[in-house]
Amino acid sequence: MRMRMKMLLLLFCCGVVFCDQNHSDPRVQRVFPVISINYDYVQMPFEVSLWILLASLMKLGFHLIPRLSGIVPESCLLIVVGLLVGGLIRVLGEKPPVLDSQLFFLCLLPPIILDAGYFLPIQPFSENAGTILMFAVVGTLWNAFFMGVVLYGVCRLDGGGLASVDLLSCLLFGSIVSAVDPVAVLAVFEEIHINELLHILVFGESLLNDAVTVVLYHLFEEFAHVGEVSAVDVFLGVVCFFVVSLGGIMVGGVYGVLAAFTSRFTSHTRVIEPLFVFLYSYMAYLSAEVFHLSGIMALIACGVVMRPYVEANISHKSYTTIKYFLKMWSSVSETLIFIFLGVSTVAGPHAWNWTFVTITIVLCLLSRVLGVIGLTYIINKYRMVKLSGKDQFIVAYGGLRGAIAFSLAFLLSGDDFAMKDMFLTAIITVIFFTVFVQGMTIRPLVDLLAVKKKKQSKTSINEEIHTQFLELLLTGIEDVCGHYGHHHWRDKLNRFNKRYIKRCLIAGERSQEPQLISFYNKMELEQAMMLLESNSSASLIAASTVPQQRSRRTLNISKEREEEIRKILRANLQKTQQRLRSYSRHTLMPDAEEDDWSETRLRKQRVEMERRMSHFLTVPANRSESPAMRRGRFESDSQVHTVRPRVLVSVPVPLPDDPEEADGSTQSRNGGAQKPDGLQDSRGRKQSVKFALDVEEQKLPRCLSDPGPNNLLEEEELFYQKD
Amino acid sequence: MGSTNSTLLKIPNVEELMQETGFSSVHIIRLYDRFKALDKEGRGHLCPHDFGAIKELAMNPIGDRIIGAFFSPGQETVDFNTFVKILAHFRPVDKDRPRDPNSPEPINSRSNKLKFAFQLYDQDKDGKISRDELLKVLRDMLGMQVTEEQLESIADRTIQEADLDRDDAISFEEFRKVSAKILHLKKAPVVMSAEYDC
Repeated sequence: MRMRMKMLLLLFCCGVVFCDQNHSDPRVQRVFPVISINYDYVQMPFEVSLWILLASLMKLGFHLIPRLSGIVPESCLLIVVGLLVGGLIRVLGEKPPVLDSQLFFLCLLPPIILDAGYFLPIQPFSENAGTILMFAVVGTLWNAFFMGVVLYGVCRLDGGGLASVDLLSCLLFGSIVSAVDPVAVLAVFEEIHINELLHILVFGESLLNDAVTVVLYHLFEEFAHVGEVSAVDVFLGVVCFFVVSLGGIMVGGVYGVLAAFTSRFTSHTRVIEPLFVFLYSYMAYLSAEVFHLSGIMALIACGVVMRPYVEANISHKSYTTIKYFLKMWSSVSETLIFIFLGVSTVAGPHAWNWTFVTITIVLCLLSRVLGVIGLTYIINKYRMVKLSGKDQFIVAYGGLRGAIAFSLAFLLSGDDFAMKDMFLTAIITVIFFTVFVQGMTIRPLVDLLAVKKKKQSKTSINEEIHTQFLELLLTGIEDVCGHYGHHHWRDKLNRFNKRYIKRCLIAGERSQEPQLISFYNKMELEQAMMLLESNSSASLIAASTVPQQRSRRTLNISKEREEEIRKILRANLQKTQQRLRSYSRHTLMPDAEEDDWSETRLRKQRVEMERRMSHFLTVPANRSESPAMRRGRFESDSQVHTVRPRVLVSVPVPLPDDPEEADGSTQSRNGGAQKPDGLQDSRGRKQSVKFALDVEEQKLPRCLSDPGPNNLLEEEELFYQKD
Repeated sequence: MGSTNSTLLKIPNVEELMQETGFSSVHIIRLYDRFKALDKEGRGHLCPHDFGAIKELAMNPIGDRIIGAFFSPGQETVDFNTFVKILAHFRPVDKDRPRDPNSPEPINSRSNKLKFAFQLYDQDKDGKISRDELLKVLRDMLGMQVTEEQLESIADRTIQEADLDRDDAISFEEFRKVSAKILHLKKAPVVMSAEYDC
């Protein structure tokens, strides 16, 4: 990408002295250059960054204009921007950069595929795997051959400029153009929110047809190079297909297992956890590409295999990091790809041939529709949930072509294929057609046909439990029938997974944790965070009230609720921290932050109690002595911190010579505790239980075995017990 | 396996059975063969012991409940007709069935499927899943891997989510509401292929 953007620099630096680095002749007297330009030094990274910045700004811009982004899908807008930029560059007299295939395949495509593969919804994918494979393999083959043969026929008939196009070239062209493109599909389908089934069908197909495309592409390219085809070659081609796809999956699987295994040991270096995920996946992709295996399938396999284990091992923050980095990179890649498509269109070279181009577009649509209808007819015989006409239409209409086709065509060597330019032009036209026309119209069509949309449902523990229950039920029924169906095999796989694989790949106790529990933990955590963000303590109290019959249960507040309560209290109490800092520290050793906070809270409690004490005492409480009293109390506390006192009334009061005060303190503590404190409603209840000497309820529940702030909770418990 | 007709003749009321359950004759024959295979002592009916002999079912956490579902309360045996009727719950729903409001709902309607599942939860058959029943189910499903408190908090949370009339139990209507989305995605086993463990 050699782009001269000198004029931009000149705009910024006026009146500079141009310094040529090579002329460093010390004997020549010259003025010391205060400011100098050295663009060559930074040219490459500068240009790359500038492009990415431009792409991101464009993306920003679109979403600021809601009406536009509602009608036109983002991909179209980006291509238009690309066209404009390309035009601008051409007007300036420079040659616009073309989408370099190596750059595309090695840098721009992997993030998108990894993002798709890592977050692939496994359940619907595996349930529809047969259908997806049929569409991907058989459908693509049909498309390629149908298009190739008919195009050849048309070229023969047409004569003129097209007579030189031979069968092999047509077939190659057919194979390039027939593949549904994952980038384009993702870009468009993400905005229309159709139901999960259709989404996974089209998207899965676009991912899996890579193997077919790779094989056909290399096959025909090889044949064209050699010049003749024999039966053996065809047979080898078929074998090659299996090698490419299965090999790709295996490579991906191996790297996935490696990544999972590595993540087992990362508990001490949490910061680089995401890096492992990315690196292993990228290595899988590159390794597959070395052997001409399907890099996309390797990437998907790697992501799918490693995800359950890695997620069990890594911290929550790493998980968020991975998610956001992947989304960010894939978003940038996608934007860049579309912009470059636009720029490359302007760059040319073009060889426009009306017949060829129009026939191509017509054939694309025709072969896709025929293929989908034919395949669905066969597939519906084996499917439980049949694909209706509407579904078929969406699947056919959603077969968008994109940048992969363009890059593959670009990679063709000009020697073997004289018609390369014509091919490129035709492919670009097809891409434009599918992205613009089909991309823009698919949304109104979806609404018009009333296709089922994605249900916005939040996860619910009920659903999870009942789903698992039904799974077990159906497996059981299958066993009764003696039928080795879907559920039977899945059950076997799960069992195998649990017994052997999870033991190796998941660190520590988490390997034994059932799925339901991790789901529940995740859900509670999400809810806790949500409550924090909305910061409404009122709703918190409301949410945690439970009917009176279960009064025993009310004290078993879940750990996450405690966390919420604690955090809200902290937010409110931190203001008082400054004031109280002058008091001494106690000798216990919890986490510094927790220390401050709980200390503060306890102090506040004690201040409260002191105040109440003063009501009961005949001798007015000596306020000035309070620091000393507190200090004393803390010291004595530290002695008992390992013991869980049952009867808390007899907390040693450091002023032993006033028995009345001791009694009063007992009474007041009871009285004080029974009055619910505004801030500490649930906690207050807990306190009252303690004072009432109710022994049973003292155990703080450890509901969820989240290997996180366990120690903290421990310290907290000890603290409270001392009151 | 004998010819179709002769096997069909052996089964009493086979026409009525097919009518009621919606199974085709092929399916009925396969189920009959399976029934015979399970009924090792050739008594013509099954007892819980025969079900228990199925290896995979024994490993299933809710295997006992499933077995229990086959036997009506008080009965110790299940004959072929009952066997088929219960399995009919799991036939895929017929979308093109004519909607005749007067005829009784077919056994494999979504509502009946949910009722069946509900009955597996509700062991004391009082029409509600109480907290204790839910706890039992969770204990069965999760086994020894979780602590009692975890189970209790999950049970609390579950009831809290589903319980709309605040009676601290899940009635069938509430169950139906939360399960509405699930059954749509789940595929029932199709008793079509001939893979048998005889």
